Amino acid sequence: MASRYSALALARHALSGAPWPRAWRAAKPQPAYDAVIIGGGGHGLATAYYLAANHGMRRVAVIERGYIGSGNVGRNTTLVRSNYQMPGNTQFFEHSLKLWEGLSHTLNYNVMLSQRGQIVLAHGPSQLDVLARKGNIMRLNGIDAELLERGDVMRMLPYLDYSPECRFPIYGGLLQRRAGTVRHDAVAWGYARAASELGVDIIENCEVTGFVMQQGRAGGVETTLGRILAPRTGISVAGHSSRVAALAGLKLPVESHLLQAFVTESIKPFVDHVISFGAELFYISQSDKGGLVFGGHIDGFNSYTQRGQFPKVQTVAECAVALIPSISRLRLLRHWAGIQDMTPDGSPFIGRTPVPGLYLNGGWCYQGFKATPAAGWCFAHTIAHDDEHPLVRHLCLDRFERGHAYDEYGLGPWTYRQ
Amino acid sequence: MLRINCPHCGERDYTEFRYGADASKRRPAHGSGDLSLWHDYVYLFDNPKGPHREYWQHVLGCRQWLMLERDTATNLTGAAVLARDADR
Repeated sequence: MASRYSALALARHALSGAPWPRAWRAAKPQPAYDAVIIGGGGHGLATAYYLAANHGMRRVAVIERGYIGSGNVGRNTTLVRSNYQMPGNTQFFEHSLKLWEGLSHTLNYNVMLSQRGQIVLAHGPSQLDVLARKGNIMRLNGIDAELLERGDVMRMLPYLDYSPECRFPIYGGLLQRRAGTVRHDAVAWGYARAASELGVDIIENCEVTGFVMQQGRAGGVETTLGRILAPRTGISVAGHSSRVAALAGLKLPVESHLLQAFVTESIKPFVDHVISFGAELFYISQSDKGGLVFGGHIDGFNSYTQRGQFPKVQTVAECAVALIPSISRLRLLRHWAGIQDMTPDGSPFIGRTPVPGLYLNGGWCYQGFKATPAAGWCFAHTIAHDDEHPLVRHLCLDRFERGHAYDEYGLGPWTYRQ
Repeated sequence: MLRINCPHCGERDYTEFRYGADASKRRPAHGSGDLSLWHDYVYLFDNPKGPHREYWQHVLGCRQWLMLERDTATNLTGAAVLARDADR
């Protein structure tokens, strides 16, 4: 099938002018598989890849309602980082960042990881104390973190507003140098190509319409292309988690909300890092094409429309200009909304469900993209062993019933406030 | 812009309102010791893609709690009625 990508292959194709072959096979569904993954996003494709690569399962299918890369894997701000502070999350996201660091080689596909560093800003002394604590937790776990004073931030980010009359004065920040950005489309395509080469069938334009239930077990799926039997089925459908789980009679602690992101017109290299504003949820970076990429909070009420509301555009633009006044006249080039599966504690689920043979990876809130490799890694383990991977035991579906909500930000059981 | 037709104040931008919660949920009786009922009430969501009934408070208007019908697939809104009068 697809030949290995290399500098030599690039030169050969450039000279011969021959078209590049398809990156992955166009598969027709077989009647039965060892495992079926619903959802051909980053997480679903990564899960299928690790099922094949780590667990030797080759009879695996990924079923995607649309086309590969049409969902949230292409609707995010492409940031990767591991600056979390609760036991469990810290190790999980660091595992993810380590996988990101080797991903281009693992997949033989350039995902264009750019470890440009992420700086979280503090706008008061107490906020800087909080960041110092977070940095200490990270360093105790072997993760890189550097506390920056105001002068350090002024040297690294000279274009922020440091004027005496600025609304949110900058006291310092926390830097993670290994954080950065990834080309998100390449993540979907790279995992799809690598999984396909290991024998995974990637079936696009195929919608799941129901589950095949056998004595209380999930024995496969009914789709628009017919019945597909599999003793293990994984749901990895982000914003539509509730809808797919409902087909199996499950009601989830998940509500779907919209998150908007924005790209400005291209400018010369200007923002060299990923910057997180400390006064409001706002983060900004610059793409390789030159556009400033940024985003903010969710819209605030549940919706599946994939169209954001204008007041949030205004809030985000206000944050951008409060932080970097010189970009006030840049025009927004593109703007989109992704459907986010928000949970009551802001943390996701990876694990078994009350239905044997059915597994769930969902509820990722703001964290889905950066978690892609580790989520796929741990979800594949969970499906292959019918038991949760040690890194995600705290993310089980029944944690609320057992009183173990996992609330990184301490905001209470409100999906729309996470 | 999502617009909500307040029975007191007329049609207004949604930014005048505060989102409350899914109005189809039934709060368990006070004193109910069955924790599974409370778990379902607090943590589980129907999360429909389609018609949804929900609470909004008109915080920058009459400050009344309303019950709004909205389609989550299109954001088209139906009638908003006072929550205390709503037939749940």
